[in-house]
Amino acid sequence: MTFGEIEPGAGLKSALARPPADVLARIDASGLRGRGGAGFPTSLKWELAQKSKGDKKYVICNADEGEPGTFKDRVILGDFADMVFEGMTIAAVAIGARHGIVYLRAEYTYLRGHLEAVLQRRRENNLLGENICGREGFDFDIEVHMGAGSYVCGEETALIESLEGQRGEPRNRPPFPIDTGYLGNPTTVNNVETFAWAVCILAKGADWFKRLGTEKSTGHKLFSVSGDCRRPGVYDLPLGITVAELLAEVGGEDAKAVQVGGAAGQCIPRRDFQRGIAYEDIPTGGSIIVFGPGRDMLRVAKNFLEFFIDESCGQCTPCREGAPRLLEGIEMLHRGDCSMTYLDELCSLGETMQLASKCGLGQTAPSTFLSVVQNFRDEILGRTGGN
Amino acid sequence: MPPTERLLSDETLDAIRAHFPRYPNRRAVVLPALHVVNEYLGCVPIRAVVEVADLLGLAPAEVQDTLSFYGFFKQDAPSGRVRIWVCRSLSCAALGGEDLLDYLCEKLGVQPGETTADGRVTLEVAECLGACDFAPAILVGTTLHKNMTREKIDALVASLEDSREDDLS
Ligand SMILES: Cc1cc2nc3c(=O)[nH]c(=O)nc-3n(C[C@H](O)[C@H](O)[C@H](O)COP(=O)(O)O)c2cc1C
Ligand code: SF4
Ligand code: FES
Repeated sequence: MTFGEIEPGAGLKSALARPPADVLARIDASGLRGRGGAGFPTSLKWELAQKSKGDKKYVICNADEGEPGTFKDRVILGDFADMVFEGMTIAAVAIGARHGIVYLRAEYTYLRGHLEAVLQRRRENNLLGENICGREGFDFDIEVHMGAGSYVCGEETALIESLEGQRGEPRNRPPFPIDTGYLGNPTTVNNVETFAWAVCILAKGADWFKRLGTEKSTGHKLFSVSGDCRRPGVYDLPLGITVAELLAEVGGEDAKAVQVGGAAGQCIPRRDFQRGIAYEDIPTGGSIIVFGPGRDMLRVAKNFLEFFIDESCGQCTPCREGAPRLLEGIEMLHRGDCSMTYLDELCSLGETMQLASKCGLGQTAPSTFLSVVQNFRDEILGRTGGN
Repeated sequence: MPPTERLLSDETLDAIRAHFPRYPNRRAVVLPALHVVNEYLGCVPIRAVVEVADLLGLAPAEVQDTLSFYGFFKQDAPSGRVRIWVCRSLSCAALGGEDLLDYLCEKLGVQPGETTADGRVTLEVAECLGACDFAPAILVGTTLHKNMTREKIDALVASLEDSREDDLS
């Protein structure tokens, strides 16, 4: 993995050797986009947080990793925790923050002791705390905060609500966290992996990062691969890689479909395996689930819908009421008593959810349903009994 | 009426207070406090909510409002001494997770969400545990168990029966 090849401390040293504007310029030149899924340009987020007025700014690491099929952040936190903290410290330099928080999902409690130990060692080595690396007035420290088993808390405004001791319900945006974040302060929320790449970019340069990937999706990305393949695990691969190339890498050549992006992502059928995994084509936070020839695609859609119903915060109607209707539709399809007209109605309900839901959870909840209906029509209609 | 006895021990209250310096205000301590109570009592009964609110200077309704959002905290009855979370998400379900859940239900004689009669184990269903590369995966307390099989479940349940109470985490 690329992270293993970076000299510890080189990124922070490089960041401290230049003015904050140069740090931002370097990240900007690299084209780094958020690795949590949405692909927002990292330099822009940091620049907005930097420009936002406020003497208390926060750097938050989103380690709530709850998207089904995603586990790369677990591996990064286990094997490269120093890089994540170094990246957070670089973000602190860039935006002028003194406080950092890691929001760790409760299911990863087994990582907490390790993370606390690494933080303690960094404090002892003057990599955290006051006057970091001997730079007068550069104070920054990081706390680990435990989540409590809620997927929607990975959404950045829900995460902030949760950190404030509230229910983890997404906020209306704007305002955005970059000006009105944790306790009303300017805040950048970034994915675990995003911080680690920021270290690499500071250590090795923007051109080194950009040498791989596509024009709009520069660099490498970690992929969490599971399901029907011979070599599940975390893969460090260039963005833009086609689904077929990735399948060859992981031993899943005979797949009939691949879920890219987890429950919130898209179901890619075999005929589209030449498409690329990149923000401009098939975007992903890194979850890749391989479906072998024998998988029942209706069961796939059912499992994901049950997930969304479980995890919806219930705040807004399209998501709260829509997902159970879609699930009902799947059960009808299973039984073979869903008419074509009703199926069409369900599809337009799905489209309404995509448009009218308040946060990404409800907006993405129907996507697998819709892609299965669209791409596996024969498989599904086989059960409608010709109605 | 005689003053009712406090539910939370001094030790529990101190463990909550230890979080104060780490947070900018008391409201932000709600979740860490609930975790502490849950660790000591295996649940967060309404009396504990009142006492936590008192300690944090909040209204009990504020703490209850937060608590009720997170399925993680049980309120009515304590969890068993160990909580087993079986992943139901796709990668695990596809590779035998559903069968494992049925097997555990049968072996422990409980349905998901229930605690065994001897109070040892609470069986829970979880969404993706972030361990799909080791599917099917389960969490036992805070320990990840990978690539589970019926045989491994047998060994796990036997070890829970053998172990003395204070060995369980
Ligand atoms: C329902 C939902 C869950 C999310 N879960 C996560 C998560 O677990 N980890 C993560 O980094 N981002 C998650 N996100 C995306 C965050 O809102 C946010 O975009 C991200 O943390 C920004 O970091 P990045 O720019 O570095 O990618 C989630 C979004 C939604 C709508
Ligand atoms: S879309 Fe769903 S999860 Fe998001 S705010 Fe609405 S109800 Fe809550
Ligand atoms: S699907 Fe079970 S751990 Fe991810």
